[in-house]
Amino acid sequence: MADEFRVVLKNCGKINPGSIDDYIGAGGYQAFRKALKMEPEDVIDELIESGLRGRGGAGFSTGLKKRFTSQACLRCENRYVICNADEGEPGTWKDRIIMENDPHMYLEGLLIAAWSIRATKGYVYIRGEYFKAIDLTEKALADMRMKGFLGEDILGSGFSFDIEIRKGAGSYLCGEELTLLESLEGKRGYPRIKPPYPAEKGLWNSPTLINNVETFGCFPAIISKGSGWYRSTGTEKSPGTKIFTISGPVRKPGFYEVEMGTTLRSLIYDFAGGMIAGKEFRAAILGGAAGTFIDESMLDCETGFDKLREKGATLGSGAIIVMDKEMQVWEMLNSILRFFEHESCGKCVPCRVGSRQLLLIMQQIKRSENSSRLKEELLEQAMVMEKTSLCPLGQSHILPIRSALRYFYDDL
Amino acid sequence: MLLLYVKINLIFMDIQRILQKYTPEKTNLLNILHEIQDAHPQNYLPEENLREIAAYLNTTLSSVYGVVKYYTMLSTKPRGKYIIRLCQSPICHLMGSETVVENLQKVLGVGLNEPTADGLFYIEYSECLGICDVAPAMMIGQEPYGNLTESSIASIISELRNES
Repeated sequence: MADEFRVVLKNCGKINPGSIDDYIGAGGYQAFRKALKMEPEDVIDELIESGLRGRGGAGFSTGLKKRFTSQACLRCENRYVICNADEGEPGTWKDRIIMENDPHMYLEGLLIAAWSIRATKGYVYIRGEYFKAIDLTEKALADMRMKGFLGEDILGSGFSFDIEIRKGAGSYLCGEELTLLESLEGKRGYPRIKPPYPAEKGLWNSPTLINNVETFGCFPAIISKGSGWYRSTGTEKSPGTKIFTISGPVRKPGFYEVEMGTTLRSLIYDFAGGMIAGKEFRAAILGGAAGTFIDESMLDCETGFDKLREKGATLGSGAIIVMDKEMQVWEMLNSILRFFEHESCGKCVPCRVGSRQLLLIMQQIKRSENSSRLKEELLEQAMVMEKTSLCPLGQSHILPIRSALRYFYDDL
Repeated sequence: MLLLYVKINLIFMDIQRILQKYTPEKTNLLNILHEIQDAHPQNYLPEENLREIAAYLNTTLSSVYGVVKYYTMLSTKPRGKYIIRLCQSPICHLMGSETVVENLQKVLGVGLNEPTADGLFYIEYSECLGICDVAPAMMIGQEPYGNLTESSIASIISELRNES
């Protein structure tokens, strides 16, 4: 039986998430104190050298993102750090676990980031349905102010900074970083055209760093133990750990933090305990709705951003949705496409019209005797959407469609 | 008539008390809308409240209304004391959320998106709630409920009925 390797979740279940003293007692805020004694540029270097890649799904170098933000518009008065806690990818609940079990871990990471880019203000954008996470983050922020980790002249460093919470209200699209900015500015969640990227023109057109909860949660360990240590964990191109959330008919559905490189088979069979009695593995979907289907032949693949990409799969948010032989791939794909259709904001035509067209084609496929032409049409439509849609939502339909056709063509 | 006036006035005072907690900036709009909706016994945002919010933020009613209509958690129609958010994510769907919605409708005697006669419950669909390890799942108010079966649904509802 393999063991978890907990870095971000090291305090999970061991401390009272509502107690800042518990967190400090477990070594909390030492990394921030250490960072405050370093030059901001050196903190960024440390993060670049660690090789940490964004845990929101895209896998971009976190350190480089910070460098771009810190170097953009030096005359700008304001510089923002935003934590994207608008978790909504189907099958994903890792950020909720962090926020509900150890909110100070990611908030300390946010503070380190703020210092490194000399940010003036921070926001945590939490999805509205995460009531407990919102309450605990609110409590954590109040305690941080009491202890002098937020406010004017933090710990006598001369650095002043504060964080506020903004609640989402049920829009998947607002988890996309540019749309999140629109929502944070108090508008409808319509995506912006990029470039410019948030590093250059983000919140109220100021340089803005946006990272996922889990990404911020990695910072304290990297600063405390050093980038060399971090690089020694995980794989060469995807260092560190990843929190996977495994759902479906497995014995122990749940969240597991493991080193990158752990195989999918190990995650499903060792950690999640394998299929429940009487059920046989048919497929898994990696990375949620904006993710990819895989079949049994992929199970020995190591996890990591590039390793999976090479084989046409995605790591994404770390969701692993398992399907058994009784579950129909058509049902799953249709449900995913229904989800996208519901969440399409309607701003750009390809996504608004296309996501509905895909559902119509799915219905035709179900009724048709010979559906090979329809399947081709499904793929073609999704490819057009990928090329012409404004934001990642319209570009995502292709992922589950292409992979479902690749592995389960005859089942569809 | 006098009674009605007093009631409306009290609501107005409540709204003002909530608004005063926030600086009059548009970035606070979603937080304000949430708090006012939560304060309403029927969990919704009446038009007169939207007008007051717009006035406070020095913006138009249409821009506030546009935001409310975009976000699925916000409603301009009366709902219930308990909002039942039934997860219809792909995972819950495959794990049997259709049976859950049938059972809920049977127990409550209402369809989707309509309040029960006593104003207590209101069932609506929600996208993935992030509690997939206990699919099929739902939330009632702020509480998550998972591994739903016909009997667990009946007992959850009767417990909440007794509490109210």
